[in-house]
Amino acid sequence: MPRTLMKGNEVIGAAAIRAGCRAFFGYPITPQTELPEYMAAQLPKVGGVFVQAESEIAAINMVYGASGSGARVMTSSSSPGIALKQEGISYIAGAELPCVIVNVMRGGPGLGGIQPSQSDYFQATRGGGNGDYRLLVYAPASLQELADLVQIAFDKADYYRNPVMVLADGMLGQMMEPVEFRDDLPRMELPAKDFAATGTMGERAPRVINSLYLKPEELEEHIHRLFAKYEAMKVNEPLVETVGLEGAEIVVVAYGTTARIVRSAMATLAEEGIHIGLIRPITLFPYPMGVFETLPDSVRQLLVVEMSMGQMIDDVRIANEGRLPISFVGRTGGMVPTPALVAERVRELLGATAVGGATEGSGATAYQGVGTGSTTGGAR
Amino acid sequence: MSVVFAPTIGLRPRETHYCPGCTHGLIHRLVGEVLDELGVLGRTVGVAPVGCSVLAYDYFNCDMHEAAHGRAPAVATGIKRVLPDRIVFTYQGDGDLASIGTGEIVHAAHRSENITVIFVNNAIYGMTGGQMAPTTLIGQRTTTTPGGRDAALTGYPMRMSEMLAQIPGATYVERVSVHSPVYVRKAKKAIRRAFEVQVAGKGFSLVEVLSSCPTNWGLEPAAALDWIKDAMIPIYPLGVLRTPDDPPAYLTAVQPQSDGGAVAGSGMPPATGVVGGDSRGAVPKEGEGSAD
Ligand SMILES: Cc1ncc(C[n+]2csc(CCOP(=O)(O)OP(=O)(O)O)c2C)c(N)n1
Ligand code: SF4
Ligand SMILES: [Mg+2]
Repeated sequence: MPRTLMKGNEVIGAAAIRAGCRAFFGYPITPQTELPEYMAAQLPKVGGVFVQAESEIAAINMVYGASGSGARVMTSSSSPGIALKQEGISYIAGAELPCVIVNVMRGGPGLGGIQPSQSDYFQATRGGGNGDYRLLVYAPASLQELADLVQIAFDKADYYRNPVMVLADGMLGQMMEPVEFRDDLPRMELPAKDFAATGTMGERAPRVINSLYLKPEELEEHIHRLFAKYEAMKVNEPLVETVGLEGAEIVVVAYGTTARIVRSAMATLAEEGIHIGLIRPITLFPYPMGVFETLPDSVRQLLVVEMSMGQMIDDVRIANEGRLPISFVGRTGGMVPTPALVAERVRELLGATAVGGATEGSGATAYQGVGTGSTTGGAR
Repeated sequence: MSVVFAPTIGLRPRETHYCPGCTHGLIHRLVGEVLDELGVLGRTVGVAPVGCSVLAYDYFNCDMHEAAHGRAPAVATGIKRVLPDRIVFTYQGDGDLASIGTGEIVHAAHRSENITVIFVNNAIYGMTGGQMAPTTLIGQRTTTTPGGRDAALTGYPMRMSEMLAQIPGATYVERVSVHSPVYVRKAKKAIRRAFEVQVAGKGFSLVEVLSSCPTNWGLEPAAALDWIKDAMIPIYPLGVLRTPDDPPAYLTAVQPQSDGGAVAGSGMPPATGVVGGDSRGAVPKEGEGSAD
């Protein structure tokens, strides 16, 4: 396939349709509105269904109905709208239905802003809805990866019968890049949708799409079944990109757009003879824990970079198991960290600049040295 | 020997969990009978609410979805849009439909989703133990209006069917009661008509059924049926509120927009630059300086 120059939000739509998505329910919100607009124009051409719902709550419940009817279905929104979808996401996970949910993140809390952000990490990975459930969460860093992961997400959702979230940020949604819709993506053997409530046709017992288990022993058993799937995800699904870990003293951990900024900082620092590594989680749940266990001996500390106040740090701490000191630098509220900011923080951590000296934007360094109290980094 | 009564195959042969004298079970039977008599049971998908009838998914003898509280019309929309040749219905209480689910029911009607809604109004939240519903009568004692419902604090009983009948897309709306056999027969006729509207592809249909809750009304079953007749019907008058043949008058005045000009007789302002052109210049988008 040739490469086409496209806008991120439209890439998501095109990838979904290629993956066989034939139903979309959404509600306008910046910075993802081009996606429902794209689906409104394109889905009818392939015999698909588009509904502009009255709210995100209604949209996700339409997804629930369509998925329970056996359709490949997607919804998208941005942060405040994803907050409203949490009720439905919890029901969909509870009823073990597949669907793809796209969050093109913007700043929060509340109405927040409309500029890019990564501050829905907790919501995506810890579950914003009620109950014991998890989502498989993809965090693409380029439009090519977006095109690939959106298609893969549909298979994974069907395979696990669980919602899959594609966590993009406003930058990815709005930017343009050449993408190729590849024919060689990994495809999975998928189970038949023998759960779908499509009418008995008088030929079988009624099917029920449901998340209610009034007997606690049955609910517990059901949750254990869900968690067996999440354990399987932990084994089979972690995706991560690593760059230049060997010989690096500092390894940066960053995902999505922020990882691209870190790549620029790496280049700048390399010119100064400073070599840093990068761990870029591509799945946020399951988190790629394994890579932290096998870091080269050269690595002395970890630096987390995010467009938030540092929501991924918790996972880095869990993965790190107290081995190395962890620091953070980031911007939030729609502010985007610059490569210079990241490079400055690296120099500071290496002692190349005066410690305590002002760095660009005091808010940017609000969080330092997480875990130094409990770290066993010195033992390495 | 002739058969006087037989269970309908529209319901599964199960005992229900409803209290003695509760009319939920009777309303289930009417729906089940109609689905069977119309010959659509096999291609029907129902949506159960959150409320005393939450377990309706175990009682109807057809495929079922359980929906979150109030969201049944949205779930039904999702089902019907991807399975347009199936018969889709929701079964919802008054807390479900008239309180937490007002947005979903109004917009399902507004889009004229080709679904049928069975709206069971018992003027109370049954399942949670007798709290005030939007439909609770003035002076009616509930656990959250212990001194009786006071309009000054909580508003007046909400007449959903009258409200919904105003919506252009609400093709068929009728209110019925099940407090005596004559009314039960009328209720069944209304339910049948509502499903016929759907089968004919004519759009949204809703039947509001006045129903008893002896348990939370604090009445014996027979007295509860009397209370429907004497207290509820005066506030919730029975009858047909909309049929496919009587669209609201203003509907005939609204013409579909064909160009960017004002539409004669619609009272609508001209759609500046929206139709047939690029609207972006005329209407600032959210990202272009206007706040969210
Ligand atoms: C989001 C949410 N809020 C509240 C509840 C608790 N709840 C369950 S049923 C119900 C009221 C049901 O009343 P109604 O719809 O009138 O049905 P009835 O039991 O009277 O038939 C409430 C508030 C819930 N399950 N979910
Ligand atoms: S509480 Fe009321 S509505 Fe619920 S089953 Fe009992 S009588 Fe029926
Ligand atoms: Mg009620």
